Amino acid sequence: MAKRFVSIWFRHLKTDWVSLRKPMFSEAPFVLTLADHGRVVISSTNAFAQKLGIFVGMALADAKAIVPELKNISDKPEPSGKLLENIARWCIRFSPVACIDPPEGIVLDATGCPHLWGGEENYIAAIRNRFSRLGYDTRIAIASTHAVAWAVAHFEKEKMIVPCGKEADALKHLQPAALRLSIDKLELLFKLGIRDIGRLMQIPHSTLRRRFGEELTKRLRLALGKDEEFLEPVELARTWQERLPALDPIVTAKGIEIALRTLLDQLCRRLSAEEKGIRMAIFSCYRVDGKLQQLKLNTNSPTVHVTHLFKLFEPNIETIEPALGIELFMLEAVVVENLYPRQKKIWITRSSIEDERFSEFLDRIASRIGQNQITRFLPTQRYWPERTFRPAVTLDEPIIEKWPLNRPRPVHLLHKPERIDVTAPIPDYPPMLFRHRGKLHRIEKADGPERIEPEWWLEQGEHRDYYMVEDEEGCRYWLFRLGHYVTCSSPQWFIHGFFA
Amino acid sequence: MFSLKANIFSNLEKEILSLQGFRQPVEEQKTDLGLGSICSSFPRQTFPFAAVHEFKSANPESKSATLGFVSCILSRIMKTEGISVWIHSGRTVFPPALTGFGVAPERIIFINATTEKDSLWITEEALACEGLSAVVAELHEINFISSRKFQLAVEKSRVTGMLMSSQQKYSVNACTARWEISQLPSGAPHNLPGVGFPRWQVKLVKMRNGRPGTWNLEWSKGNFRLLDVPDEMTLVGQKLKVV
Repeated sequence: MAKRFVSIWFRHLKTDWVSLRKPMFSEAPFVLTLADHGRVVISSTNAFAQKLGIFVGMALADAKAIVPELKNISDKPEPSGKLLENIARWCIRFSPVACIDPPEGIVLDATGCPHLWGGEENYIAAIRNRFSRLGYDTRIAIASTHAVAWAVAHFEKEKMIVPCGKEADALKHLQPAALRLSIDKLELLFKLGIRDIGRLMQIPHSTLRRRFGEELTKRLRLALGKDEEFLEPVELARTWQERLPALDPIVTAKGIEIALRTLLDQLCRRLSAEEKGIRMAIFSCYRVDGKLQQLKLNTNSPTVHVTHLFKLFEPNIETIEPALGIELFMLEAVVVENLYPRQKKIWITRSSIEDERFSEFLDRIASRIGQNQITRFLPTQRYWPERTFRPAVTLDEPIIEKWPLNRPRPVHLLHKPERIDVTAPIPDYPPMLFRHRGKLHRIEKADGPERIEPEWWLEQGEHRDYYMVEDEEGCRYWLFRLGHYVTCSSPQWFIHGFFA
Repeated sequence: MFSLKANIFSNLEKEILSLQGFRQPVEEQKTDLGLGSICSSFPRQTFPFAAVHEFKSANPESKSATLGFVSCILSRIMKTEGISVWIHSGRTVFPPALTGFGVAPERIIFINATTEKDSLWITEEALACEGLSAVVAELHEINFISSRKFQLAVEKSRVTGMLMSSQQKYSVNACTARWEISQLPSGAPHNLPGVGFPRWQVKLVKMRNGRPGTWNLEWSKGNFRLLDVPDEMTLVGQKLKVV
């Protein structure tokens, strides 16, 4: 994905900040001043003062001569870094990577963010509106490199969006100051009559370097995206990740095991210091030939138990193909959860689902046969026998409904009822004998019928009349007849379960 | 002289039992299964808890009787707390029915193993997991090697294992006890019509350091009832008839 950077320039950072705290200054021209070599010099101005021709660096006495009602406050000599940093933290709502850009700017790495606001235009408008509502006068530009975004924000007035690949066009008509060069370089360029960057770009780089030194060519390369500019975000995205580069490529299983154990040790130590535990982790092996081999694991509860986690990975280590060798191992905890240290019991008797030993046991099973093979069953408020229970969503889901206790139910229920041949007196008597899988059963005792209607709001079908029967050998079965007796056809009988 | 000898013998017996993994239960941990006089067949007159019990059930009828009996024992072991693991391949047990035998189905974790190799491995892991109340496994065959692994696991973890094998013939193995449960015609009190409380013939085929035997049992109102002695209920029924 092409990188996109947003540069935010606060045109009157300090004065805006002061007017926020002292609203009486917000409607009149006012300046901040600093004492410098025995005279009072203006260090920043607000929008009204600027309109009246007062600029930074002017002596206060001169300014007062122009605007007699000019108000002034003495500025603190310290730079605006702290204020910017606070604003940058606030900007994390727009992009996870926000950096300060002193003296009066902020840069956001907006890659992959603008579409969330419905395009770059809306994105910039949203940022500008939020700032103007707060009382800051900003100029915002977005471009594929930080340098161009900065240049456009400071020196362009209309086209604030620079499309991908159009950096050179956007820079062409801007003055050399947009490249953030030092004063002496700018003066030199001015003396030579180079008034815009377009002219600079026509000159071969080797000539530029000879004439103006390394700085100018470096700035140009940065602007055009030929070099990468490194930003230092105010808040690093927290990743639970550990890396282990290998001096020589690793090809043996033993080597991979050692690497994995080392990484687990490091990661678990970090996690346990933060009271967190792994729920999902990925172990990646970067091979010399550029291919990537990965192992993944899930746990039932957050854990930082190194031996346990290692055991979960262990059976899959042999599936890693090192080929020519692995040069980098990386272990990342993709999902972490809070893991508070629990008080240990002196007498451990019965375990519960939250028990560490038990959840580790379940993890081992799940890593071999899959999490979906492990279930708990909870009751549902339904009568249709197949639907009287459901698998629990999570293993620790609490039971809310009660199990139905009023009717006898078979311990062994067939997944699908099986057809049987029956001799039964009509209309509602239990059968006298039935044949199941070729064996004849004579019925001695019987209970029923218990009529269970299908759930008509879910499916159409006929009701079932259930009978609990016992044959001459003492075996107990659950039989049912489907629907009513109809004159022309014989009813269908099924066996559905076995009682204990 | 004689009493001295008897004393030596009983001490030796105790020593052998503890070497074989039978531990004297602590007084508080004693659980009465309500099996009554069946207990005299067990070593030290208590149901061996940290042991592997094998139940043979070849057809669905004996399977369901076994499921019933195992559930009854499970309810006594689990009581009101703790969890158990039930290993199966393709669910056969109907969870709501377990409530009828006093087991809370929501405290059982069901693990579905598709292959026999997986079932054996999971059973061994489960038996080795300390703190579980009991492990029930529906297996095909329990061979000698896996049964020894199970025995070693339970000696360490003190978990009770109840394994159901669906074989016709017994294979040689190291299980502590071997049971066969089959269904008996039920008896309704007062000779009422209809199907009564479940009754089983419980056959203890093998019991290490114990005595095998056969009993007829009834499960009614959450308790076992031995049927060999004519019970009060039927007596009352007969009396009523006479009157």
